[in-house]
Amino acid sequence: MSTPLVEAVETIEAPDIPDRPRRGWRSPSFVVGAALLLAILALALVSLVWSPYGLDHTDPTARLAGPSGQHWAGTDRLGRDQFTQLMLGARTAVWIGLASVAVAFAIGVPLGLLAAAAGRFVENAVVGVIDIVIAFPTLLLAMLLVTVYGASTGVAISAIGIGVSAEVARLTRISASRVFTEDYVLAARTCGTGPLMILARHVLPNIWHTLLVQATLAFGIAVIAEASLSYLGLGTPPPAPSWGRMLQEAQSTVSVAPWNVLLPGLAVAVTVVGVNLLGDGLREILDPQLRQQRQAADR
Amino acid sequence: MTVLETTGLTITLDGQPLVRDVSFGLAARDRVGLIGESGSGKSLTALALLGLLPPGMRTSGRILIDGQDHLGAPDRQWRRVRGRTVSIVFQEPLTALDPLMPVGRQIAGPLRLHQGLNRSDAERRAIEWCDRVHLPDPARLVRALPHELSGGQRQRVALAMALACRPRVLIADEPTTALDVTVQAQILTLLDELIEETGVGLLFISHDLPVVAGLARHLLVMRNGRLVESGLVDDVLRRPRSDYARQLVASAARVTRLARPNVRGEDR
Repeated sequence: MSTPLVEAVETIEAPDIPDRPRRGWRSPSFVVGAALLLAILALALVSLVWSPYGLDHTDPTARLAGPSGQHWAGTDRLGRDQFTQLMLGARTAVWIGLASVAVAFAIGVPLGLLAAAAGRFVENAVVGVIDIVIAFPTLLLAMLLVTVYGASTGVAISAIGIGVSAEVARLTRISASRVFTEDYVLAARTCGTGPLMILARHVLPNIWHTLLVQATLAFGIAVIAEASLSYLGLGTPPPAPSWGRMLQEAQSTVSVAPWNVLLPGLAVAVTVVGVNLLGDGLREILDPQLRQQRQAADR
Repeated sequence: MTVLETTGLTITLDGQPLVRDVSFGLAARDRVGLIGESGSGKSLTALALLGLLPPGMRTSGRILIDGQDHLGAPDRQWRRVRGRTVSIVFQEPLTALDPLMPVGRQIAGPLRLHQGLNRSDAERRAIEWCDRVHLPDPARLVRALPHELSGGQRQRVALAMALACRPRVLIADEPTTALDVTVQAQILTLLDELIEETGVGLLFISHDLPVVAGLARHLLVMRNGRLVESGLVDDVLRRPRSDYARQLVASAARVTRLARPNVRGEDR
């Protein structure tokens, strides 16, 4: 019996393998976001070696002074140099932001991966916990922790980290679950690959870009949360400077010295806008599908 | 010697039987075709033979691999035979390959796992395998990502990955269904060549009788989760005993008759 198969012809063309260019780094949102963040980061880093005045330096003769050559950003009602405060506040914001994101990822990523990889029972349990933590306001959590342990940098980092970790765990679980249903994971399993190897070789490489974008956004959330906690007096205790407390202290003198409110507020805004733009830019750059589309367009 | 044998394999989901009382055996160098319409339980049977049924499905019967019953065995025991004794190639080679991992590393994965090869040895072996499945410029191609290859090339990679650890049984689950007819013919030729070369036993799953008939010596016909017919390909084609096999043979003959004028037309 003859089959309708056309005679096999071995005509295989050489594959078109482009050298993968890392295009997209010039995306406007990435550049602007990176520039804003670098400015904040520079403030924080320079404050380690130099600042216009010492942290506890007060100038009683120049209280609530406006911006001048002597005090670039003016002084507050105690005569403290506001630019110094701003620089040291940047250090606090960056440090607490990074540390809280680290805590959030250290808790959230393993939890999300566990939920995605384990059976239905464990997954439901973890999802329940995540939902409760997401529903629980971070500020309330921080107040609870402060009541028990007293206000300190560590408590602020823990409270923000735990609050943000729920969101991280949720995203990790969703992304990882999607990868687990992919055929290539099934194919890897048919080769005898165990669950841990699948996590390391297939799941993490396919979700890390999503997590990195989430990390930048989480950093912005953490900076706002830190400012809010300090504003309420639940964050880093004085004398450590913080944008949130600068805002709170300047509140009573806002009518005579409005720049004292403007500056820390602007600093928070610049940081948050910066990370959001950076996150958008990173998403464009890292997303594998968008990357492949760019490559296709380049050809 | 029989490598893979199943007796009375039954798969149920929520009490509904999807596959019922399926029994057959497969030795090295055997070429068995499993044919049936979609939904007849072919692919489920294939997944069950690797212990990879979706959660919620229950199995009963026996799945003997090298004489050892694996049905209901812990995952650890299954992992030792997957890829090493029994391998599988799927229908859709694009989704069966990790989009972000160079194909060479994907072929090398099972080699490092089962044979404990280090990175460079495994990569060298991966390049050899790319050559054996007739991929062009293997040393360069191993660094390509799946989306940079054509469908046929991807299926060649999937075959290399499945055969890399020298399994004794290869399950091919509709490996050519997603491909163009010409590419399909190339992959079938390659498959034929590889099973001759390596002596691997083949379980070829398809809904396409002419394709199966060209490759298999033994035929299993499946319908509604049951084996309705089993025999040598020639016997089934000439003297189908079940109604369903008769229909299959009749419609395949009709397609072949319809296709013939076209083939002639191309010859001129």
